[in-house]
Amino acid sequence: MSAVRAWLLTDIPQSRRQAQCQRFFLAWLVFRRNGSAVAGLAIVATLVAGALLAPWITASAGVTPDLGDRLHAPGSAHWFGTDELGRDIFDRVMWGSRITLYIVGLVSVIVVPIGLAIGVVAGYVGGWVDSALMRLTDVFLAFPRLILALAFVAALGPGLENAVLAIAVTSWSPYARIARAEALTLRRSDFILAARSQGIPHLRIIAGHVAPMCVSSVIVRLTLDMAGIILTAAGLGFLGLGAQPPTPEWGAMIALGREYLLDQWWVPAFPGIAILVVSLGFNLLGDGLRDVLDPKSRD
Amino acid sequence: MNPAVSVEVTGLQVAFGRGRRAFRAVRNAGFSVEAGGSFGLVGESGSGKTTVLRALAGVLPPTAQVRGRMRMHGESLGAIRPRALRRRMQMVFQDPYGSLHPRHTVDRILGEPARVHGLDSIDSRIDEALAGVGLDASFRFRYPHQLSGGQRQRVAIARALIIEPDVVLLDEPTSALDVSVQAEILNLLQRLRRERTLTFVLVSHDLAVVSHMAEALVVMRAGEIVETLDVAALRTAAPQHPYSRHLLRASRGYDRAAASEF
Amino acid sequence: MVERRDPLLIVDGLNVTFDTPHGAVAAVRDVSFTLGREKLGIVGESGSGKSQTGRALLGLLARNGRMSARQLSFDDVDLLRAGEAERHALRGRRISMILQDPKFSLNPVMTVGEQIVEAFRVHAGVSRREARDRALAMLEAVRIREPRYVFDAWPHEISGGMGQRVMIAMMMVPEPDLIIADEPTSALDVTVQLQVLALLDDMLARRGAALIFISHDLNLVASFCDRVLVMYAGRVVETLGAAELHGARHPYTRGLLACQPRVDGDGADLPTLHRDPAWAR
Repeated sequence: MSAVRAWLLTDIPQSRRQAQCQRFFLAWLVFRRNGSAVAGLAIVATLVAGALLAPWITASAGVTPDLGDRLHAPGSAHWFGTDELGRDIFDRVMWGSRITLYIVGLVSVIVVPIGLAIGVVAGYVGGWVDSALMRLTDVFLAFPRLILALAFVAALGPGLENAVLAIAVTSWSPYARIARAEALTLRRSDFILAARSQGIPHLRIIAGHVAPMCVSSVIVRLTLDMAGIILTAAGLGFLGLGAQPPTPEWGAMIALGREYLLDQWWVPAFPGIAILVVSLGFNLLGDGLRDVLDPKSRD
Repeated sequence: MNPAVSVEVTGLQVAFGRGRRAFRAVRNAGFSVEAGGSFGLVGESGSGKTTVLRALAGVLPPTAQVRGRMRMHGESLGAIRPRALRRRMQMVFQDPYGSLHPRHTVDRILGEPARVHGLDSIDSRIDEALAGVGLDASFRFRYPHQLSGGQRQRVAIARALIIEPDVVLLDEPTSALDVSVQAEILNLLQRLRRERTLTFVLVSHDLAVVSHMAEALVVMRAGEIVETLDVAALRTAAPQHPYSRHLLRASRGYDRAAASEF
Repeated sequence: MVERRDPLLIVDGLNVTFDTPHGAVAAVRDVSFTLGREKLGIVGESGSGKSQTGRALLGLLARNGRMSARQLSFDDVDLLRAGEAERHALRGRRISMILQDPKFSLNPVMTVGEQIVEAFRVHAGVSRREARDRALAMLEAVRIREPRYVFDAWPHEISGGMGQRVMIAMMMVPEPDLIIADEPTSALDVTVQLQVLALLDDMLARRGAALIFISHDLNLVASFCDRVLVMYAGRVVETLGAAELHGARHPYTRGLLACQPRVDGDGADLPTLHRDPAWAR
C-alpha cells in the first residue's frame, strides 16, 4: 500500500500514465476530506452496485404477478412488501435502478458532448458563429422542459427511449452556456495565446486545450442536474408517458401505487424513497466534485 | 531589402474598436532588428509595447485593426499566417503561471508543437529541449503546478525553442520572478541567443533588464515611440527625450527630488 | 524627521507556522525587531516570510496559520494578550495596512468618495457634510488632480496609481501611528511608483507615523527607508541602515545586490546566487 502511495505522490513521475494517475489521486485526496460528498458517492455507488447485482440479490425480476401474495406488509419474506399484483417491491426497486441508471447514462451521453461542443466553439470562435449558436441555444432554453417532453412523447409515442430523448433535447442548453462562458475567458488566457502563436491548429486548440478546461464545470453541473433528470423521468413515468408497465420504473411504480397510499403505504413509499435518496446522492456528489474540479474555488 | 535585417516594422498602427470611440493602442511605430540582434521596447503600462509584440506574434484579438507593415526576413507578417511562418517566430510570455496549460504535462507542452510542425524523433527532442534550458529529464512528466516560477519560465522557453525559430519575442520574461531567478533566466536567454544565433525582441518596463539584454531600444509612451537609442547611449545616461530621462531616473530607486519633477 | 522615542512596536521571537497536508511549515522563525517612529524596510524573495511577518503583526493570518512570540507589543498594548475586539480597534485606528493591489482593498460596489466618507464618519465621528468636505480635501492632499471626478468614480474606473493614492488617503483618515505597506507600489509603473512613495513619505513626515515597508526590491527599499531587515527562509539574516546597504556582510544580501542587472552594466553574464543551506538554519 505504501509503495503504491509513494508511487502516486512522488514529485518526479516517470511516465505519462503515472502523471495522470497522480492527478486523479490528488483530486481524490481533496474529495475524501468532504464528508457529504463521500456519502453522495457511496449512494451512487450503491445504485450502480444494485443495478449490476440485481439478478443475484433478488428472487425474481419483479414483473410476474402472484395474485395470491398481494399487498403484503414489509417483513422478513418481502423486505419492502409486495404490490397490488403480488410482486416483491424490493426486487422491483433493485431492477428499477437499472432503468434509472440507463436514463442517467443516456442523457449524459447525449447532453454533455452537444453542450460542450456548441459552447466551446461559440466561446472560442466568437463573432457571428457565437451569435448564431447562442441564439439556437436560447431557443431550446426557452422551452419549458416537461411540456416539451410531453409534446415529444405525444408525437413519438410513449416509451423510455423517447422520454430520455425528450429530456436530453430540452436540457443541453445550460451546458452550452456554461462551456461558452468558460471558453470566453480561456480564449484570452496566455496559454491559449501561446498555443495560437505556435501555429497549433484551431480545432486542436478547441479539443485539446479549451474543452478539457470546460469539462469539469459541465460535469459538476450534470451531477447537480441529475436529480432533476431523474425526477423528470419519474414524472413522465408517473404520467404514463415514460416506461410502460410492467417495467419497474420508479415513477410509474409510484403512479400505480398511489391508490394504496393510505392503507398500504409501502407500495408507493419505497420507490419514492429510492428516488429521493438517489437524487440526494447525485446532489451531494456534485457539490463535492465542484470543490475538487472547479478551478475557481481553488487558489 | 537588406538581408541582415531580421524583423522590420514600419508605420504600425493598432486600434481596438471602431469609429470615434476606437482606442489607438499603437500609433505609427517603426523599427528594425538585425538578424542575431537583440532589440528592446521599453515603456510603462499603456505605452503599447506589448501590443506591438502581440501584433508581431499574430495573437491580437479579432477586434484589433492593424495597419502598417511587419516583415520577417522579407516575408510579410499578415493576419493569416502559414504554419511554417509561425514556426520561425516564437513568443515567451510574461506570466509563467498563466502561459502553461494547467492540465498538460511538460511532456505534452513540449511535444505538441513539435508534432504539429511535423518534426521527427520527438522523444529525444523533448529531452534535448529540457536539457537546453537547464532542466533534467525528471521534469518531463510533471504538471506546471509542480514547478517553481523559474522552472516554469524555463519550460516556456523550451517550448518556444523546440521548433527551432529564428526570432524569439520576449514579453517581460522575468518580471514575475524573484531577482535571483531573474538573473538565471537572463543568463540562460543570453546563452541560448549566442548558441543558436537567435534574434530577440524584448519588451520590458525595466530599463536595467533591457540595457542588460539588448543592443538597441525604443522608448514608447501612449502608443508612440518617443526615442530610439542604442544601449551605449543609455548606459552613459545620454537619452535625449525628457520622458526617457524620467524613466532612467525613476529606475534608480526612490528620490524625493526626482519625484517632484514628474 | 526621525525622532526616536520609546519603541512603538516591539517584536521578540515571532514565529508563524502553517498547517498543510504535508505537515507544519514554518513561514517565520524567531524574528525580532523594535520599531521607532521610522521607516523600516523588510526585504526578501518570495517565500522569505516577509509578508507573513506583516500579517502576523495585524493578526491577519490565514485560517491554517498559527503564531507565537515571546513579546509582541504595540505602544503599551500587549498584542499577544489582546482580545479580538481590542485588536480590531487597534487595526482600524492606530495600525493601517496598504496592500499591493488596491482593486482588492476597495469595495467594488461603493464609489471611491463614499468609502472615504464612511472612513471619516467611523473614525472621526463627523457629520456627512463635513466628512464629504474632508474626503475631498484628502483626495486633493494625495495630489489627485480632479478630486470631484475621482470622488464619484467607482473603483474599477480608476487606474492602479490612482487607486493606490486613494488607499493612502483612506489609510490616513484615522491618523494611524503605524502603517504596514506590503508591496504597495509593485503593481505600478516606475514613474508613478516614485510619485506614490513621495506622497507616502510626506504624509508620514507630517503625522510622525511609523512605516513597515515590505518589498522584494532591495534598491527601492534602501533608497526609501531608514533601516532594512533582510529575510531569508523565515529568518532575519541581516539588519542594516539603509545607507550601509552596499556594505552588506551577509552573502545572501550581497548575492541579491550583485545579481540585479544595471543600466550602466556591461551586459556580461550576471552573477547568480548560490544558496547555502546553512543560511536557513
